Amino acid sequence: MIKLADEKQAQVKRATRAAFGATLAELAAEGAPVVAVDADLTGSTTTKKLADAGYPDRLFNCGIAEQNMVDVAAGLAVTGHVAFTGSFAVFGTGRAYDQIRNTVCYSNLDVKIAPTHAGISVGPDGGSHQMLEDVSLMRGLPNMRVLVPADYAAACAAIRLAAATPGPLYVRMGRASVPAVYADDVELELGRAYVLREGADVTIVACGVEVEQALKAAEALAAEGIEAEVIDAFSVKPLDERTIVASARKTGCVVAAEEHSVMGGLGSAVAETLARELPTPVEFVGMRDMFGKSGEFEELMGYFALDASAIVEAVKNVIARKQV
Amino acid sequence: MTELERRANEMRVDIVRMIAEAGSGHPGGSLSCADILCALYFGGVLEHDPERPDWEERDRFILAKGHAAPALYAVLAEAGYFPREELLTLRKLGTRLQGHPDSNQLPGVEVSTGSLGQGLSIAAGAAAGLELDGKPQAVFALLGDGECQEGQVWEAAMFAAHRGLDNLVAIVDRNGLQIDGCTADVCDPGDMRAKFEAFGWDVHEVDGHDIPVLVKTLAAAKADRSGRPHAVIARTVKGKGVSFMENQAGWHGKAPNGEQTKEALAELAGRTGEEVGRD
Repeated sequence: MIKLADEKQAQVKRATRAAFGATLAELAAEGAPVVAVDADLTGSTTTKKLADAGYPDRLFNCGIAEQNMVDVAAGLAVTGHVAFTGSFAVFGTGRAYDQIRNTVCYSNLDVKIAPTHAGISVGPDGGSHQMLEDVSLMRGLPNMRVLVPADYAAACAAIRLAAATPGPLYVRMGRASVPAVYADDVELELGRAYVLREGADVTIVACGVEVEQALKAAEALAAEGIEAEVIDAFSVKPLDERTIVASARKTGCVVAAEEHSVMGGLGSAVAETLARELPTPVEFVGMRDMFGKSGEFEELMGYFALDASAIVEAVKNVIARKQV
Repeated sequence: MTELERRANEMRVDIVRMIAEAGSGHPGGSLSCADILCALYFGGVLEHDPERPDWEERDRFILAKGHAAPALYAVLAEAGYFPREELLTLRKLGTRLQGHPDSNQLPGVEVSTGSLGQGLSIAAGAAAGLELDGKPQAVFALLGDGECQEGQVWEAAMFAAHRGLDNLVAIVDRNGLQIDGCTADVCDPGDMRAKFEAFGWDVHEVDGHDIPVLVKTLAAAKADRSGRPHAVIARTVKGKGVSFMENQAGWHGKAPNGEQTKEALAELAGRTGEEVGRD
């Protein structure tokens, strides 16, 4: 059983991005051949921590040039290094998509695309900076694997997993501080989803910041007599189809929740799996074909119907659609 | 004809034959860079070993202008990286000789290329990686002049100069043509020397068909570790060696038909004064 945060740990709010530089510094100290390539955002992405920890020569700042950043990482990988790229998710994937596709993925290089500030977590910066299509972009690429950690501890585990797994990998991290879901030293496996709460009435499959919202929703639903099973599908690709299908078989209906467009992300991956293996009613919580807006993260979670109450509503809708 | 010139001519024969057999491909830019690749691989410039494509001590070569794959395949086959017979599988289903180079299929290809503008960044990253590990090897990248319209080339130019990557040599195949016509008419890259110099590079301009000069210049650039990356602007003729293709933008991405192939091979045979082709 995976280790969840105890009460004390759950009270500590940390941003997933903070795991990035700190874990790189640990890996470097352990002798891993990790390097970081960034684009003038080393403080924001926290890659600077690698330099601060005594490895300044392992951090390559390309200036504001994300396309060059990704291909410099490719060159570092060609010469035997495990190269992590930074920047904000909107630039680190969208601005450099062709570089990720045609060089990193097509050549199957040891480059880890690990941008921060994904989703609406970048808040007041507004729609231009709120990347809500990155999982869709990355998931569609051959050779690419996609990890969306739920909290700081999961992000540390995801960075370690990325460093230990050969080939291209995407790790999605956010700017906002979020409560701990997992115990500090949690370990995660590629291709596994984790059942965090068992229930027989509905399956909620979530990733990233939506995992905490799903757990909150499950609490609220339990008060109404609805038992929700909550699954963290942090490995969006490869997806743990077996765990998700088994849960859907038990509950008969599914809600997919992600801080990302409902097109092409976790919800699509879940729906693709269920359509093939076990046709099941699915409702989607996510951004509905729109751009974000300026506002504080918590405000936006409510405004765009991404919070626990939106999940509760989706659960009621999907239960009503169950075959009797 | 010198030995290196003879080998470059053999490469041109291979380029024409494989593109003709494929029925598609890019003869113009492959023929323009044949002498450059010959100088690199056979002039003693590039440290490499066809028996050990992953040899740690090798210099790295990255074909940024990936559409010149036939030229790369010709030089790799000539060097012995794979059997020459395989050249005629170019672009066919099941081949290791993809339309643009695929590093997961063919030994000797460092990284897959084809999307223009990326090769110099990859080369700069590789140069930085070698430097980080204290390795003395050099990295060469071959760019098209049309390719230099991609903004990323200048991101890489800035990065390489900023980091003082003197183990990096960028060669620009300055043939003056691209698919839509003259580079000067489409969107003029202008004064390449001035541009690279402005970015802080050490710049050389040479006749890209003079193999001894290419060997000398490339070897000197590789040896010069005085803190600046090196650009070698090689003035070339697109389609070089096949007179009806020379300086014709129309031959950027078109295969010769049967008659044209015969004519091209006859002309190349005439340059050596002997029958060209090995079967």
